[in-house]
Amino acid sequence: MASSSAERTPLLELRGISKRFGAVQALTDARFDVFSDEVVALVGDNGAGKSTLIKIISGIYRADSGTFRWQGRDVSVGTPNDAAALGIATVYQDLALCDNLDVVANLFLGHELGTAGGPLGVIDELTMERRAVEVLRRLSVKIPSVRIPIASLSGGQRQSVAVARSVIAENKVVLLDEPTAALGVAQTREVLELIKSLRGQGLGVVLISHNLADVFAVADRITVLRLGRWVGTFDAKATSREQLIAYMTGAAAAEPAASAAGSDQAS
Amino acid sequence: MSSTLEHDPRVIGERAGLRGVAAEYRRRLSHGDIGQLPVLVGLLVIGTIFQVASDGIFLNPFNLVNLTLQMAAGGTISVGIVLVLLLGEIDLSAGVVSGMCAAIMAIATVQLGIPSPAAVALGLVAGLAVGALHGVWITRFGIPSFVVTLAGLIAWQGGLLLVLGRTGTVNLRDPFITALAGTFFHGAAAYICVAVFIAYVAIGPLVDHRRRKAAGLAVPPLAFVAVRVIAAGAFSLVAVTVLNSDRGVSSGLLFLVGAVILMDFVLRRLRFGRMIYAIGGNAEAARRAGIPVQRVRAVVFMLASLFAAWGGILGASRLLAVNQSAGQGDVLLNAIAAAVIGGTSLFGGRGSVWAALLGIMVIQSISNGMDLLSLSSSIKFMITGGVLLSTVTIDAVLRRSRAKSAR
Repeated sequence: MASSSAERTPLLELRGISKRFGAVQALTDARFDVFSDEVVALVGDNGAGKSTLIKIISGIYRADSGTFRWQGRDVSVGTPNDAAALGIATVYQDLALCDNLDVVANLFLGHELGTAGGPLGVIDELTMERRAVEVLRRLSVKIPSVRIPIASLSGGQRQSVAVARSVIAENKVVLLDEPTAALGVAQTREVLELIKSLRGQGLGVVLISHNLADVFAVADRITVLRLGRWVGTFDAKATSREQLIAYMTGAAAAEPAASAAGSDQAS
Repeated sequence: MSSTLEHDPRVIGERAGLRGVAAEYRRRLSHGDIGQLPVLVGLLVIGTIFQVASDGIFLNPFNLVNLTLQMAAGGTISVGIVLVLLLGEIDLSAGVVSGMCAAIMAIATVQLGIPSPAAVALGLVAGLAVGALHGVWITRFGIPSFVVTLAGLIAWQGGLLLVLGRTGTVNLRDPFITALAGTFFHGAAAYICVAVFIAYVAIGPLVDHRRRKAAGLAVPPLAFVAVRVIAAGAFSLVAVTVLNSDRGVSSGLLFLVGAVILMDFVLRRLRFGRMIYAIGGNAEAARRAGIPVQRVRAVVFMLASLFAAWGGILGASRLLAVNQSAGQGDVLLNAIAAAVIGGTSLFGGRGSVWAALLGIMVIQSISNGMDLLSLSSSIKFMITGGVLLSTVTIDAVLRRSRAKSAR
């Protein structure tokens, strides 16, 4: 996958991204890209700039400098709506689900199918339910029913619903912010399977995680940030856990050769 | 793997018929999803107690017709309160707004000589304007609705006195206005009303059932749909037959039921209704999903004041007068109590507009029954307060057990 991606155009390509907050230089000349059909993990120690980079991708911050390229075109992304319009979805840790509404209602929240007329349009529950069942089945999400309130689902199931929402909305890139942080072992496995099936659907998945076991379980490539700088992007299969930790902590500098294919086709 | 999806807990599994329905209700109860059960049980208990205590006067047709007349104004105000509560907000001004808007209508037609339909419209527009002011204030300045509408409670009381001026009481003799709440439908006309009601209750679920089946989705057994339709149908049929043996079905009751049906449709079938529930459930999630949270909030406060104004006008139509105490005393508290007793959560996101109808039935039954027993106001207030407290307690306790069973 890594070798073929070298010739393809990435869905999302960031170059030379810098962001400063007052006296703090949060990101310096950072780069990042994600192709369709792949999972890219974004790792780094606390304060490495992961959150800042994610917020730039999802449009919450605007980069001070650098280029933001979407499917090969230069675009300007400065608001969450800009990112959403391109097809970038972000699933935050708090999931943003309505506990009182059922699964179908949450999957389509804010984008209910139905007759025209905006707020006064009649919701088409039937089509929504059919599509919900279809997408959940495609992603192999296991929940007791699509018509029970979110409140009665487990943590892993909630996470799955939050992720499935980004698929329903037909996004191309999904950012997952620490999706397994609050989950037990079995639920974590469930969510990792879900991430793999997202890749199977042709999406580009960006996984932000502190848990390196999760990262190695699903990621194709791993981008390491340290102190606001891009350390390198590595092929997950060709990198050991010890190497990765060394890159994250700065114990080892990335030799140019280790910057795996796909990350560096510009040079 | 995907077979788990086909198991819909609303579907009562293998057991069909009445036993399945009973099992389904047990499952819901154990999840804290009690819906309107407590209020129905409460009505039964209240009816029995007063029927016995009043030597059979409480349930006789004449008194029941009176009860429907007493319900119209408070129930209509309560419809607006339910909407506000679903957002997780509160409107403390509904009572005095109902009084002020009724006074505006009364003064407009009696003293200014404006044609009565236009005067009624003026009262409603005044309600909308008041609600818009509340809504904009709450959303623009981020002040809690409790505070804004508390200010409204005080200020609009002044508005009522200002509108009435030196006139202590305005008597209403205009036939259009007195007919609003006081027109009776007997015989066939009353049964047509019941038929329309039953059709609304039955057609939605039945059409859903057929469509779902055709689409290959999980369907609850027909028995489950049927039990609800038959129960609602039988109750309304009996009620109307009893009312018919006296004066019949009052227009006030029809307006109330009509308002409930209309808002029930809006809440359950329209995007706007879904937005209200979403905001009440998790406002931040709703905002991120692109729902215009502040605009929906403002519109709901407008609707709440509109229903308050309409309730006040129906009340004035029944009492044939508006005076300086219109909309005061227990009007607001009864409207809020009715919504809560009917099962609307104070924490937002849970409940339905039927709560207004069932809740006001409880409140007015207690009030009516205690009047029949000629109990003093002191006892009336204390018992009504006790009923309110116990229903809110049930809600809070079930909410906690529900949160626990969620994980």
